[in-house]
Amino acid sequence: MAATLEEAVQIALGIGYPVVLKSQVLVGGRGKAGGIKKAEDRGSLEKAFRELKALRIKGYPVEKVLIVRAVNIQKEFYVGMTVDYVKNDVVLMASSAGGVDIEETARENPEAIKKYYLRGSHRPGGKEWHSFIQDVFPAPSYQKKAAAVFQNLINVFFAYDCSLAEINPLVVDEAGEMCAADAKINFDDNALFRHEDIRKMQDARYEDSDELKAREHGLSFVKLDGNVGCIVNGAGLAMATMDVIKLLGGRPANFLDVGGSSNPEKVLHALRIILNNKEVKVVLMNIFGGITRCDDIAKGILEAGKRMDISVPLVVRLIGTNEPQAKEILAQNKINTYSTMREAVEKAVALAKR
Amino acid sequence: MSILVDQNTKVIVQGITGRDGSFHTEQMLGYGTRIVGGVTPGKGGQTVCGVPVFNTVAEAKKKTGADTAVIYVPAPFAKDAIFEDIQAGMSLIICITEGIPILDIVEVMRALEGRPCLPAGRPCLPAGRQTRFIGPNCPGVISPGKAKVGIMPGSIHQPGPVGVISRSGTLTYEVVYNLTRSNMGQSTCVGLGGDPITGMRFTDALEMFMRDEETQGIVMVGEIGGGDEQTAAEFIKKEGTKPVVGFIAGRTAPAGKRMGHAGAIISSGETTAEAKRQVLQEAGVTVVDFPDDIPAALKKKLR
Repeated sequence: MAATLEEAVQIALGIGYPVVLKSQVLVGGRGKAGGIKKAEDRGSLEKAFRELKALRIKGYPVEKVLIVRAVNIQKEFYVGMTVDYVKNDVVLMASSAGGVDIEETARENPEAIKKYYLRGSHRPGGKEWHSFIQDVFPAPSYQKKAAAVFQNLINVFFAYDCSLAEINPLVVDEAGEMCAADAKINFDDNALFRHEDIRKMQDARYEDSDELKAREHGLSFVKLDGNVGCIVNGAGLAMATMDVIKLLGGRPANFLDVGGSSNPEKVLHALRIILNNKEVKVVLMNIFGGITRCDDIAKGILEAGKRMDISVPLVVRLIGTNEPQAKEILAQNKINTYSTMREAVEKAVALAKR
Repeated sequence: MSILVDQNTKVIVQGITGRDGSFHTEQMLGYGTRIVGGVTPGKGGQTVCGVPVFNTVAEAKKKTGADTAVIYVPAPFAKDAIFEDIQAGMSLIICITEGIPILDIVEVMRALEGRPCLPAGRPCLPAGRQTRFIGPNCPGVISPGKAKVGIMPGSIHQPGPVGVISRSGTLTYEVVYNLTRSNMGQSTCVGLGGDPITGMRFTDALEMFMRDEETQGIVMVGEIGGGDEQTAAEFIKKEGTKPVVGFIAGRTAPAGKRMGHAGAIISSGETTAEAKRQVLQEAGVTVVDFPDDIPAALKKKLR
């Protein structure tokens, strides 16, 4: 991996020309965006390296370039592994039609992708396994190598709690050797607590700064392009609130789930993130108290009002646990509340149109 | 009648000494649920809200005769808690915990099917025994007036003839609140959970409600992501005997973004709210636009 031209030259010297330069960005479609180049000698390496470093791929700068031996590709395969949510199982996938168009293949010709379910085992074997391997790798000389690749993939998948691990393409060169020409791994966010090493690799630049900030404060946030900001407790109710805003003629500015806890601080952080978006003309709070206590939310609103400038009108709907106390607190501070979701959304949509 | 839980259900609370576990034990007891014991390893011998605490599920089951477990333990320990229930032979496991790694749940599902994961070599369900697993990341189950096993506010519920099935928490409360306001009580409300893999799915709960004598109509609250609503639609088309009203959240959700729930993500055309609304409508389900339209729509179908 090279960050500077000197490093690139050194690495290429060690490998021997021809080499391939691959931009290191955490987005797909890199090859099609011109992020991969081949170099036959030092001159073309320098030129390719400078061009890649100047490139932005889907908006992201290329800071590092991976330099590898150029493989004379005879055949490209696809191999991958993921969790099948319908079958509650881990599945291996493979296709003899590997390469950049695998997504298209999956859509238009799904039979070209063969599947093998692990059924709890981490060491595949038996009749079904052999026919899976033979289907994708008809040449006997490839089968043993492919099986070894799969075993390594399985080991990595379970060791690191992956949600997707794929090698595409898995290539065979003119000497009949198999090698991973590109790979992609997604990790399960819920399992990061047991993979500190993976957590450290997270690159904040690849994430929306508001979404990141929201996560730090235990909020779940997704920005949309409307002007009615919303703060809701619970993901399902938050989605339904967005939908109702749209159905009543408004445009939701975001999805925001404050979660189930009663921490008044969360309301403050939620308001800060939403008001960061200058499009927002009104903030709708839709809280159904269960574990969340309405009076804590009300206190959060007052606290936020003291600590920041809330420049847009607030429309508050509170119901459930400690609702009377919450309504009293807000009434004393001249903040109107609504009991039904429809009334509150109608009010917010009307205010956004003013 | 009702499904899954009633006044005879004997419940143990795993994680009873924790903040959430003790708070909700008090709430569940207040509702009238028969909480017969709690489990927190190393804290056996204590009591929480007058309920005896045991070190293991096996011990709690033996001493109290419990058949149902509700889990409030933190995500890193949830898998072990579930396996303890499977091993002890609990007949119903309700997992409230959010944020459990998906491979842990895959392992649990294998064990529930009677096939353990290797090479971990964990025990699996003994042959011939059935354990129902609800959740994870769910609000639990309530049979109004009989028992509440979970975290939902009991006060918004009312006994009656409507079965409610949902992938969400607070959205279910919204739906139940509207039903109760329209004087349409509930037989049982089942929270399936917001994860991509859940033990009980729409079809399982639909099947139980179709058989339950008290339940006359069913409300299903779905959302974007996954294909469970489609499977449910097929089931309703083939075996539905009672009217069903549906609501699907996430019509305005952008594709490829996870909307709070781990399972709520549009990954393909079939996982959108519109696609789900359509297949349910084709199966004869009345799909409404607003959550507060549900009571009227169901009343019309029940007439």
